[in-house]
Amino acid sequence: MANQVSIKLKVNGSEQAAEVAPRTLLVHFLREQLGLTGTHIGCDTTQCGACTVMVDGKSAKSCTLFAVQADGSDVTTIEGIGAGGELHPMQEGFWEEHGLQCGYCTPGMIISGIHLLNENKNPSDQEIREGISGNFCRCTGYQHIVSAIKYAAKKG
Amino acid sequence: MSVVTPKMIGTRVKRREDPRLITGKATYVDDIKLTGMLHLAFKRSDIAHGIIKSIDVTAAKAMPGVELVITGAELKEFLPPMPIGTPFPSPDHYSVAVDRVRYQGEPVAVVVASDRYLARDAADAILIEYEMLPASIDVEVSMQGKKGIIHEAFPNNLAVPYVPGGTGVDPVAGIVDNTAVDNAFAEADFVLSQRMMNHRLAPTAMEGRGVVAHYEPGKDHLTIWSSTQNPHILKTFIAALTGTPDNQVRAIAPEVGGGFGCKINIYGEDYVAAALSKKLGKPLKWIEDRSEAFQATIHGRDILAYVDICGKNDGKVTGLKIKLIADIGAYNMILTAAIPTLTMLMLNGTYNIPAIRAELTEVFTNKMPTDAYRGAGRPEGTYFVERAMDMVARHLKMDPAEVKRKNFIQPDQFPFTTQMGAIYDSGDYEKALNLALKNANWEGMKAERDRARADGRIVGIGLAFYVEVCGLGPSSSLPTGGWEYSSVTIERSGKITATTGASPHGQGNETTFSQMLADQFGVPMGDVTILHGDTGVVKQGIGTFGSRSQAVGGTVLMKAGEKVKDKMAKFAAAMMNSNEEMDTSEMIFEGGRIFAKGSPGTSVGFGDVAAFAYVPVPLPAGLDPGLSDQAFWEPSNNTYPFGCHIAMLEIDRDTGEPTLLKMVAVDDCGTVINPLIVEGQVHGGLAQGIGQAMIEEVVYDEDGQLLTGSFMDYAIPRATDFPWFELDKTVTPTPVNPLGAKGVGEAGTLGSTPCIVNAAVDALSGFGVTHIDMMLRPEKLWRIMNEGGK
Repeated sequence: MANQVSIKLKVNGSEQAAEVAPRTLLVHFLREQLGLTGTHIGCDTTQCGACTVMVDGKSAKSCTLFAVQADGSDVTTIEGIGAGGELHPMQEGFWEEHGLQCGYCTPGMIISGIHLLNENKNPSDQEIREGISGNFCRCTGYQHIVSAIKYAAKKG
Repeated sequence: MSVVTPKMIGTRVKRREDPRLITGKATYVDDIKLTGMLHLAFKRSDIAHGIIKSIDVTAAKAMPGVELVITGAELKEFLPPMPIGTPFPSPDHYSVAVDRVRYQGEPVAVVVASDRYLARDAADAILIEYEMLPASIDVEVSMQGKKGIIHEAFPNNLAVPYVPGGTGVDPVAGIVDNTAVDNAFAEADFVLSQRMMNHRLAPTAMEGRGVVAHYEPGKDHLTIWSSTQNPHILKTFIAALTGTPDNQVRAIAPEVGGGFGCKINIYGEDYVAAALSKKLGKPLKWIEDRSEAFQATIHGRDILAYVDICGKNDGKVTGLKIKLIADIGAYNMILTAAIPTLTMLMLNGTYNIPAIRAELTEVFTNKMPTDAYRGAGRPEGTYFVERAMDMVARHLKMDPAEVKRKNFIQPDQFPFTTQMGAIYDSGDYEKALNLALKNANWEGMKAERDRARADGRIVGIGLAFYVEVCGLGPSSSLPTGGWEYSSVTIERSGKITATTGASPHGQGNETTFSQMLADQFGVPMGDVTILHGDTGVVKQGIGTFGSRSQAVGGTVLMKAGEKVKDKMAKFAAAMMNSNEEMDTSEMIFEGGRIFAKGSPGTSVGFGDVAAFAYVPVPLPAGLDPGLSDQAFWEPSNNTYPFGCHIAMLEIDRDTGEPTLLKMVAVDDCGTVINPLIVEGQVHGGLAQGIGQAMIEEVVYDEDGQLLTGSFMDYAIPRATDFPWFELDKTVTPTPVNPLGAKGVGEAGTLGSTPCIVNAAVDALSGFGVTHIDMMLRPEKLWRIMNEGGK
């Protein structure tokens, strides 16, 4: 067994201190050690984006970071989106516009959508499509996802 | 029958499934954690074909945390070969290879360890020595046995040597009479011939496969959670193979992250998890990696066709000959051998072709087996027919729409028995064609294309029509049983709990089925709960595939509801007036109340009747307490939805890169329960159909090494690959079920693929092109433009 490393980070607003193996991926740390199973794993080559979370305010694929690399960071997962039981406008958009079917890519897609609107408050359809091009969805053909993000952009 | 006032049916209701899915609160199989759970990893063959000479597990076994390392030969002692669901002869196929591997990625040994990472480490430490055998990869070489024999009992690797079909064929009497077909070709004005490939694809549900098996020795009971489309079939197969009575097995499909057909099959990993949990008495988990999914989850399509089509110069097609060669990979899976028979069944397309001869051969190769992938046999058939019809139009310099019109089966001909033997239930093809042409502005598209060409751009337009066989049942058409099951319970509170065997994985059945029961009982949708995906809760079922969950599962739900409603009406009548005979068959269930027929002022509360039914004092004569019932139902025939897809495509003159500029679809799936969900299904189907035409392809090299083993190499479409899809519909209800619903899940994959290729051929027609095999790789298109296709 590899040596354990101590890390401290903020996850969804609460401070976490943990011992992790150096090779533990951030996504496995979130899912297995913190029980935050809303973040999913859809591939092993950093293509699909199902594991997308916010790290220090920017979207990041948590299968491509080791947990130790997130030491000192502020991480937000889907469980941290939507304050006090109110849905975030992006979550609301996905619901209203049927932006999901099986739901597996959805948490990562929502985080990428939020990141996109943080950078560009009023994106065009093409900018939305480019903004989520690091996230795969096999169910929707993306059209309702584009609508969902437009809904969120409009709602502000 | 009680009166139903539609309110929710046909409404764009947002989904009830979504709140848990958009907040990260859903439970997929990898989210399940059991106390003492161990993890499985599979050591897989890294060669395509070879004899296992030795397996050295010493190092793996010595690793701390490793509980068990077991080989295929050891597993064989207590785990028999996997069953299949088709009647074709099949070689033994063990969950883990015993003495020989036949495709890259085939499991060879299994590790059980305390941790996922450790299990993988130990699998990596297993050393295997193979005697390499030649890999039989090219299907036309394989079927001559030139690269060796994959299964000794199948000469020339012919899994299914020869199945004839069409005009003059009587399979029962063994008659194949070619007279009509030969005459058609002899008397034709033209004959066109083309070899066409419908290539291999990877289904790639975003959630891979996964299983948790939990055997409880004290109860001799096995619970298995699996990312499956059909938990009841899983339960039946797992019980049979692990020697567990089926009333001691509970299969659960938790939240399932997409299926597209690849989660119909029961895989070796499922059986191994169940058998080893039983052996060890501990819960086990296996979660598939994406690279494993590419190697060892079923592939789809991979059918080669030699097409000859003939006709008259006025555009009437008089004959069709198609020789199909299916590359099914190394083994039969649950439906493998049956899929190409669906291709054959649908070779009429939407046309009344007087003489058709089809021949099917299925061939083993050293690749991952194929099975059902969204459309499952029908997209292949549609592709061949629609490419051939487009070739006819191009040959005759006719508008492809006009060629279709001349050959369509007409509305007054339904039910229509096709030359291939399918009985099409209903259709109005010309109506859908006209709507699609109007929505696309087909004449305007032609003018736009011509203007673009005048500017030196390479632009083409394409049109394709499809019909598919859906709503799978009756049992004569589905070896697993072609029925579905539902139960409906009115709780004491007046809330409704229903169960369905049509276990969804993204289709939104919780929403559509709630809409239906809300209308049926006149209660708010929010009062209805739909339970599914658990054989411990849903007594029986078949599953969700073949676009059947609404047509078959929706219908049986209404049937179960009807039984309960009839009884509830009798309780209501008793509460309204215990002395008079009342006609309960025409009572109105509306707004949470039940009204007497003819006296709208007389009513009782829905919840009050429910409460009374569970404490019926006095018990009305002829009634037993309670409000719960179930139904089994199977349709008399399949359903045949159809539609028309139109595309405009541009090819970059310098790079060969194709761009889809426009995509118009008109689909007819019969009655629509929820337009929002139907749109989503069409979008998703279009994306996968366009993906096949333009960017997706599973590629093995000549040694059987999978070259498209990850998302780095296998391109599934991204958001940037599509224009805005323009959808519309016609509604031609099916007479096959009382809902009139035909099914829509697979439709989008049928028309879009040939439509795109037709557009690409149109774009390149100036280079003398009459056919291009998919996918539209830029290099291939560039070579056509620069080297005349050489």
